[in-house]
Amino acid sequence: MNQAEFVNTVLPLKDKVFRLAKRLLISIDEAEDATQDLFLKLWKNKNKLSEYRSVEAFAMTMTKNYCLDQLKAKRSNNLSLVHSNYKDNNLSLERSIELKDCVSRVHQLMTDLPEKQKIIMQLRDIENFEFEEIGKILDLQPTAVRVALSRARKTIREQLIKQQNYGIS
Amino acid sequence: MELANIEKLIEKYENAETSLQEEQELKDYFQQTDVPGHLLEYQAMFNYFDESNAERFTKSIPLKTKKTYWKWLSVAAAIAIMFSIYTYNANTINDLEKKEAEFAYQETQKALQMVSKNLNKGSSVAIAGLREFEKTQNKIFITNK
Repeated sequence: MNQAEFVNTVLPLKDKVFRLAKRLLISIDEAEDATQDLFLKLWKNKNKLSEYRSVEAFAMTMTKNYCLDQLKAKRSNNLSLVHSNYKDNNLSLERSIELKDCVSRVHQLMTDLPEKQKIIMQLRDIENFEFEEIGKILDLQPTAVRVALSRARKTIREQLIKQQNYGIS
Repeated sequence: MELANIEKLIEKYENAETSLQEEQELKDYFQQTDVPGHLLEYQAMFNYFDESNAERFTKSIPLKTKKTYWKWLSVAAAIAIMFSIYTYNANTINDLEKKEAEFAYQETQKALQMVSKNLNKGSSVAIAGLREFEKTQNKIFITNK
């Protein structure tokens, strides 16, 4: 794989890699560092990349492993993972305040999900991957992916309703 | 899309049985503003997904081309080596030729000198012979007179 091929096939994945990294690492700075690191690794291994059937799936697997390693290292350092520097990007003005509030709450709820469900939801609902691809990335059966995803979706919705009701009472 | 249909899709969605296309339909549906109250949570979720998908990596990615540098360095080194070998060979050939030419020149000069020496020797002998001849000739002429 030469430089032009790399720029055309691998570089466009940078947003997906960044978003998954941010989902797992939460901090924007760390996600940016992770993305740069990961692309440096991909660049160094660019000659081996053509051996993989899906470079995209490979890049996502790499991202997942890298971020989980980062998290593990941090946990062993006894640092707590409290970041709140996510930005609540503005929705269109006509949307109700209630909805805006709800949308930013989805972010928090997704952050609280178990890692596996978090990754699956990120890949499916945000990046629109097929179940087979997600299975390949996470080394899971597609049915297992479905089960975890269903659980994640239900959790988020239930939590939203719960918070809504607390808000009223 | 009618509400009954959406509710059916929502149920499938909760069980993770929807296809990507169906999920896109749901996303499109929740883009509109007037959504029934009991579906508000879903609207929040789908809006959040859309929003997250719009996020971009803005920093630059440095791609180091260290490898190609090495390649070019080796090419340059090879050229330098070949050039130096060439000039070295050319120099030694020139030296050799120069020495040979000088040697040949000296040999020729030596040979020519030998020839001239012998020629001088020969001419002096010939002149001495000639003088002797004159002497005898004079003697003869004088006695005859």
